[in-house]
Amino acid sequence: MNISSLFLYRTIAHNMARLKIPRKITNPPIVKGFKPYGPDIDSKKRESIILNFEEYEAFRMCDYDMYNHYQASALMNVSRPTFTRIYASARMKISKAFVEGRQIEFEGGKVYFDSDWYQCNSCGCHFNNPEISISIQNCPLCGSSEVERHTEESLGDMPRNSEDDLCICPECGFTKEHHYGVPCRNEKCPTCNSPLIRKYH
Amino acid sequence: MRIAITSQGNSLESILDQRFGHCKYFVIVDMQTGAIEIIPNPYSEAEEQAGTLAVKLLSSKNVNKIISGEFGIKVKPLLDSLNIQMIMYKKPNIPIGKVIEMLNHNN
Repeated sequence: MNISSLFLYRTIAHNMARLKIPRKITNPPIVKGFKPYGPDIDSKKRESIILNFEEYEAFRMCDYDMYNHYQASALMNVSRPTFTRIYASARMKISKAFVEGRQIEFEGGKVYFDSDWYQCNSCGCHFNNPEISISIQNCPLCGSSEVERHTEESLGDMPRNSEDDLCICPECGFTKEHHYGVPCRNEKCPTCNSPLIRKYH
Repeated sequence: MRIAITSQGNSLESILDQRFGHCKYFVIVDMQTGAIEIIPNPYSEAEEQAGTLAVKLLSSKNVNKIISGEFGIKVKPLLDSLNIQMIMYKKPNIPIGKVIEMLNHNN
């Protein structure tokens, strides 16, 4: 029995579902749902189909933007097999709504919305735009109109100010300079061998 | 519009705290009424989950914007899903009063 099957066994034995990774949504739907029309449709009698945001996003990326599953899964921040499952579920729901003449509602799902980041050239602050429908004109802090949208590259060199932080030993008080990207708990104190903790400047 | 600012102390002369989850105090400014509320951060000493717990606290106070130095990797998607705007202001030693002054220039 290897480690992964042991893990599987424990998961089943404890009857606990694996946690879902939040799916990244870049384009939420512009409408709340769809209604069928026709003589025999009494949509109030029938339950509508709930299409999750992640399913909408998967459907949009595959069939509207023509990404393949691998590219789309990376954009959504999930694994390729998970993406394929979400996509299959989306198609099943949409076909069910079409065939049975039901309403489609967009709702729920374990998702987060990825918003755009901006920089103000007047006061130097960085901020995001939580309302995708409203475009940013002014800096929310100083009100200046000199705002600039971040691109993928410029986000990489955003200043980090962790250079002044220290790793400190909780037992004897030994301190050393913190290196960015190296968790303090992975480093041991040379005198008493206990894991270090971060001390912020 | 209610704006939360992370602070190192409980007065307007205190310095803006560069950390979000582990800051000492939150200063909540109501832009309509001009009311200022200072609440201590109960999670400033927490070793884990300080950011997510602080987000819960602030969202229960109906905050629309948060001004801090930096936001953690777990906090960003959480605030995104709650439609709370994040403002990162990295200049050191900025007093809270100055930040509020800048916000008032806005109107």
